[in-house]
Amino acid sequence: MTTAFSGVMIKRVVAGVGATLFGASAAYAAGALEGPVQQQAVNVTAIVMFVGFVILTLGITYWASQRTRSAADFYTAGGGITGFQNGLAIAGDFMSAASFLGISALVYANGYDGLIYSIGFLVGWPIIMFLMAERLRNLGRFTFADVVSFRLAPTPMRSLAATGTLVVVAFYLIAQMVGAGQLIQLLFGLPYLYAVIIVGVLMICYVTFGGMLATTWVQIIKAVLLLGGASFMALMVLHSVGWSVQGLFAKAVSVSPKGQAIMAPGSFVTDKVTTISLGIALMFGTAGLPHILMRFFTVGDAKEARKSVFWATTFIGYFYILTFIIGFGAIVLVSTNPDYLVAGGGLKGGTNMAAIHLARAVGGDVFFGFICAVAFATILAVVSGLTLSGASAVSHDLYASVFRRGAANEAAEIRVSKVATVALGILAIILGIAFEKQNIAFMVGLAFAIAASSNFPVLLLSMYWRGLTTTGAAVGGWLGLITAVVLTVLSKAIWVTVFGNAAAIFPYDNPALFSMPLAFLGCWLVSKIDTSRRARTEAQEFDAQYVRSQTGIGASGASAH
Amino acid sequence: MTAAEIARIKSDPRFRELEQKRNAFSWTLCIIMLIAYFAFIFLVAFGAHLISTPVWGVVTLAFPIGLGVIVLAIVLTGVYVIKANGEYDELTRQLVSSLASRRTFP
Repeated sequence: MTTAFSGVMIKRVVAGVGATLFGASAAYAAGALEGPVQQQAVNVTAIVMFVGFVILTLGITYWASQRTRSAADFYTAGGGITGFQNGLAIAGDFMSAASFLGISALVYANGYDGLIYSIGFLVGWPIIMFLMAERLRNLGRFTFADVVSFRLAPTPMRSLAATGTLVVVAFYLIAQMVGAGQLIQLLFGLPYLYAVIIVGVLMICYVTFGGMLATTWVQIIKAVLLLGGASFMALMVLHSVGWSVQGLFAKAVSVSPKGQAIMAPGSFVTDKVTTISLGIALMFGTAGLPHILMRFFTVGDAKEARKSVFWATTFIGYFYILTFIIGFGAIVLVSTNPDYLVAGGGLKGGTNMAAIHLARAVGGDVFFGFICAVAFATILAVVSGLTLSGASAVSHDLYASVFRRGAANEAAEIRVSKVATVALGILAIILGIAFEKQNIAFMVGLAFAIAASSNFPVLLLSMYWRGLTTTGAAVGGWLGLITAVVLTVLSKAIWVTVFGNAAAIFPYDNPALFSMPLAFLGCWLVSKIDTSRRARTEAQEFDAQYVRSQTGIGASGASAH
Repeated sequence: MTAAEIARIKSDPRFRELEQKRNAFSWTLCIIMLIAYFAFIFLVAFGAHLISTPVWGVVTLAFPIGLGVIVLAIVLTGVYVIKANGEYDELTRQLVSSLASRRTFP
């Protein structure tokens, strides 16, 4: 079966994006495995294990559907998730298949540089903890737009927040769908189209019938399977070198063609402005991702919200340490075994296969099948969270608040959210098919940049700055959103790679270094010159918001069943 | 909450203590994390040669620094949870219960 991998070419994201460290990382860690992939022989073990996962999760969805009646049940699982469960679910929402395969592949190819990527994805979590989590929980109910429109005018704020949500969700979803299609060709030997349709249909089932409760449990199960599988691999790697960490690295250095260079930050960090810009996008973008922010409303109070972040940070940090060991393990165990290599020394199936080959090397065919099934399950968990968040923006923010001006009844709102889920699912399938052969490497980087440049500044200032007015927030938020999109279009990833122009107008691969400060500046400047009566009322209403955000008095609690 | 209630909470010494302590603590931790992360990014972008010397077998100084940032993120969030779920939530509880009793017996 391993010989079937020969001749498979994955054009790696790294190759596509060039030598830019962080530009590649965003795509990798969140789901863009890109380039042409050849279908493999059918992998029966993996398919059987995946079918087992599907049956289990559909069973949970049925159970959840019996318990999902009110809008609070649908959006937030009734607020009854514990901090520990929510921390696992957040980790399941955040750790994608491509961060497992992509980061371990990056460590396999470049050693230490892979760790720099992981750290970027982790450091947003303490920021969420210190600045966002408890205030978010105390002020909001279903979406982060609830918080922004607490004292600011609902229509413009929810329109902005819903647009920010849908744009972030769309780019993220496309990357996940295309990644799913290609992974499934590679790991299961099924056609691309099947994979995209399977992912789309399952996610529609989970979200439409089981709402947040089913989505949460799918994410928890996936997180446990992924952490368990990765832990087993890391332990087997350490076992193979006689439990000596120093021995593992010494062996890796001795067999790697790059030698000692894999032990230090390398040539990858070539464009320093892009490196810093993406550092900003990752750190603050995490604190503006709508599907992540939404998870804080699933717990009962601020106390549980804080615990969620701690557990999420712990699991995600632990996971990135595992991928580091797995990458070095693959250097030692996979790069030295001709069974996994093609002529010339490359990996069969492309560099993204490092962790997959290592699974076979340390655990045989059954464990290999298990890891393939976990990789697919991982994509399902991530797309379900994204879809639910997008559907909430449509039903709760746009339909109930903007179109019906808060006069919608709950049953109608739930109906709209289910229709929106189905529509988003179908859209995701269509986009997945449309983007099969496209360059999607920029999409996740862009999603983080938009989250950092629109959702994050508006949300942060609305909670912390009395002076923020509706006009200021609208101008700043739209400015950040549009600047992030326009600068990305003018950068190499789209202007040169997609449109075929000779040179990029915007020279850096990530816009956040410019678009995020611009959004803050816009919010501040326009709020300062806004002397309307509405602006004065909004400043007065800050006190009520501030007291509630600090004490939780008046915050929505867990619904009783 | 009425405007009078909000004003009363805001002037309550326990509320003052809560907001001052918690804000100072969370901003301190936040700034520590920001400095640590951006120091790390600037170090790998501009000072890679400084941290590339092996210090433990083949392991370079870059390893404990990178690992340190991950551990710091986990430790800081943990420290905050302990402090907030203990001391700050106790202050909040006292504040809320005194308000409730004052409302019952005006």
